[in-house]
Parts: sequence; structure tokens; C-alpha cells
Amino acid sequence: MHKHAIEEIVFKILMMVSTLLIISVLFLILGTIVFKGLPYLSWSMVTQAPQSGYYLGKGGGILNSILGSLYLTGGATILALIISLPITLYFNVYAKKGSRLVYLIRFAFDVLWGIPSIVYGAFGFMLMLFFGMKASLLAGIITVAFLILPIMTRSMDEVIRMVPPPLLEASYALGATRLETALKVVIRQALPGISTAVLIAFGRGIGDAASLIFTAGFTDSIPTSLFQPVATLPLTIFFQFSSPLAEVQGRAYAAALILTILILGISIVSRFLTQRFARNIVR
Amino acid sequence: MEPSAHISVQNLNVFYGKDHALKDITVNIPNKKITAIIGSSGCGKSTLLKSFNRLLDSVDNIKITGKVLLDGEDIYDPKAEVTHIRRKMGLLSQKPYPLPMSIYDNIAYGPRIHEERNKKKLDRIVEHFLRTASLWEEVKDKLHSPASKLSVGQQQRLCLARGLAVGPEIILGDEPTSALDPKSSQNIEKSFLELKKQYTIVIVTHILRQAKRLADYVLFLYGGRLIEYGPAQEIFENPKEEMTKEYIQGVIS
Repeated sequence: MHKHAIEEIVFKILMMVSTLLIISVLFLILGTIVFKGLPYLSWSMVTQAPQSGYYLGKGGGILNSILGSLYLTGGATILALIISLPITLYFNVYAKKGSRLVYLIRFAFDVLWGIPSIVYGAFGFMLMLFFGMKASLLAGIITVAFLILPIMTRSMDEVIRMVPPPLLEASYALGATRLETALKVVIRQALPGISTAVLIAFGRGIGDAASLIFTAGFTDSIPTSLFQPVATLPLTIFFQFSSPLAEVQGRAYAAALILTILILGISIVSRFLTQRFARNIVR
Repeated sequence: MEPSAHISVQNLNVFYGKDHALKDITVNIPNKKITAIIGSSGCGKSTLLKSFNRLLDSVDNIKITGKVLLDGEDIYDPKAEVTHIRRKMGLLSQKPYPLPMSIYDNIAYGPRIHEERNKKKLDRIVEHFLRTASLWEEVKDKLHSPASKLSVGQQQRLCLARGLAVGPEIILGDEPTSALDPKSSQNIEKSFLELKKQYTIVIVTHILRQAKRLADYVLFLYGGRLIEYGPAQEIFENPKEEMTKEYIQGVIS
């Protein structure tokens, strides 16, 4: 056999092995959650707040942390979007190409992306102390918004960068200002990418526990204001796993299953919605 | 007889960083005629065209000196309003770029930006300019479907209609047929010949035959310099400059 043919085969095998490896790990994780969690999953778990002694195996559910996670991550995602959309539009529509400032900010975001979430938690905690706030939904929202801001901004930046320059020129040539072009053309064109960026950020936020240990507190009740503490799914899972009781540990798997389904559901719905909006995109 | 100038370029110099792209161009673009800018690639044809509606502004490290007078007003005057200038000119680019919206919204985009909100008026504008660009019959039943689904030739006519809908006086074409098939190119050329009754048209082209078919005036650039300018017939049949002659005969390209 020729050397080239052998090379081809070796690399094909390598690629297949790594693909298989990743897929099997993914299914192993999903399988574990489903097998261990499904028996403990019950209707009351998703419709009730925990009764006292829930973490010792008593009845109730984790509605408080399901809603808590949605409130908190939803709020943080909206906050981060409000901040990162103008930043990315500035990068790609307003700033001159090759601007040093933009280069520096991009670099800063990349560095921020890599900072562990516990550091964001500590930073959020410091801010809280400074402003005299207690651990609350609001503090959690702000902290998670910090955490996901670099992720959202950089992912959005990459897709808005792909908008072809002549498309912008076409809009300018019709007498549109940069703001009009950004809002009416760039956002529309990049919408599928923007929503993917938002989803990635949401997924990162809803799965994070470390940034919330100090900032969001923990509670058995469903928050009714921004200033109350809030329970979240990752911390609920953590506390349940820490229990020596098999029943409670099983519920931890069930909670993980709920979290996974939640993320899956949200990404399917938003993908569907984006596809409906994206039919006008220029390819 | 010298025709009245619509755009008057005076000592225009354009630098991309250290690269001197246009060198001291002085020329008058006549009113309601088709002027073709010819020359080899990289000679500054597109740069000259884009300097007319200030699309060069956003390029990095660009330096522009000299004047471009539009109806007697210098468009590079710091007080000049860029959106107002651009509104006076429709631009057709090499490859058509429909905006990411429906056919109807593409045409209505410009008028809407310029504060036209009346639905009936917009309907009329859309129909009128789609007819002008001879696209109406093909799209009248699918005005609200995405513009990106049209064929490239149809998209270019859409872009023409879209440009006309903001009420320009000038149409700029940057090799507007280079991405089109022969039939679609013919359609665009026909539109141009029709439109020059009402509009001043400037096209950049590297197809000499196209320039011969369309142009009343021809402007030959080489290496960023204006080599020769005059009525098309003179340039093609009896060029004064040796370089023009060589370019037209295909000796230099």
C-alpha cells in the first residue's frame, strides 16, 4: 500500500475514535442521569416547593429552584444582552476596522471568558458588601450577568463580524445612518447567530453553581421580589448529593435530569423561533 | 458643446495609508448621460466611484484631499450631511446584496428611513420602482417572500429598484453586471439606457464592449491617474493618448 493511503486510513481511524469517544461520554452522562434520576422523578418534584426536612428525605419538590434558576438566569441573560449587543454593534459597525481599542477590548473579554466562576462569585460578593446588599435574586442576577457577559459578547461578536461589508454599504448607500443600519440590517442578518450566542450564555449561566454560593443565598421558598434570596438547580443538586441518604441522592439525579431537560427544551424552542425569523437572511 | 456637469471632481487625491490610489483627478461628470469609468483592475475605478457618495469614509487610514462638487456643493465639506448626499445616489454593487428582509421591505427600506410611513404611498412606491426595474411582473405575487430567494439577476434588478426608491438623481454602478448571466446583464443594460433620460449614470466596467454599448462619455484611468476623458466615440475611435489606444486595442490590460 502507498504511504498516502496508509496516512488516510490512520487519520480516518483517529477521527472516528475521537468522535466515538466524545459521543459515548455524552451518552454515558445522559444515561447515568436518566437511569439514576428517573425512578425518583415525580410530579410533586416539579410542582411543589420543598417541605421542611426535604433534604432529609421528606416530601415536597424543587419547584423553588427550578423557578429560581429560570428567574435568575433569565434576568442575567437579559441584562447581559442589553450590555453586549451595543458593545458588539460598536465593534462591528461604529469602530474603524483594525482599531487598537477594539482589539484590546476583545482581548480583555477573551481573558474574562477564562476566569473561573468562583472568582466572579467573590467579586459579586464584594460588590454586595460595598452596596450593603444581602444575598438575593438581584445580586445573583448581576453576578451571573458578569459571568456570561464575555461569553455572550465574544460569541455574538464572531457572528456579527461575518455580516458581509457590502450589505452595510448597501444600506448606507440608501441614506441610512449607522444606527439604522445596525438595528435594521445587521441584527436581522445575524439573528440566528445572536440567538445561539444568547443560548450558549444562558446554558453557561443556568449550570453554574460557584458564582452563586455567596451571592444568591439559598431558600426553600419561591422568591417574590428581587431582594429575596433564591435557590438554584445546581446548588440544589449539590446539597442533595452531599446527603448520605440514598433517597436524597437519587433526587439529586432527578434534579440534574430536570436541569438537562430544561436546557434542551429552551434551546429547541429558541432554535425553532429563530428559524422562523431567519428566513430573510442573505447567504 | 460641453454638457452641464452634475458631479464635478476637482484635484481629488485618495490615499489608503501610504498607497496613493487616486492621483489628482479633475473631471466633470455630465448631467443625464451615461459615463463609463474604464481601466484595468486596481487602477482606482471603484475608488473613484465610491468617492462620489462618500462610501470611502469608513475605510481605515484613508486620506482624501480635493473636492467633489455635487450640484455645486462640496460633498467633503465637514458641514455636508452624508446621508443626504448618499440619498441623491443609488448604488449598484458588483454582486447584488438584497437586505435581509422581504422583497417589499427591501424597496420600502429607503423611503421608510426617510420618514415615509403611509402604507398606501409605500405600496405605490414599491410597485412603481419594481416596474421601472422591470421586475414587477415576476414578483408581484410574492412581495412578502424573502428577497434572498430571488435569482441573482432578479436580485440586481431589485437592488436597482431599491436604489431608485429613495429618489436619487444619480445612479452609480460598480461593475453591476459582473456577477450576472448574459440575459440578466442585458436586462440591466436596457434599464440603464432607459433610465438615462431621468438620471445621471456612472458605471465602472472592465468590459470594453459594454462601455461601447452604453456610454456617452468615457473616463480612462490607469494607475490611479486620469489618462483621458471625452465623448465615447472619440475615445474609442480616435483616442488622443497612446495609452488609451493601447488599452482599447488590448495591448495593455
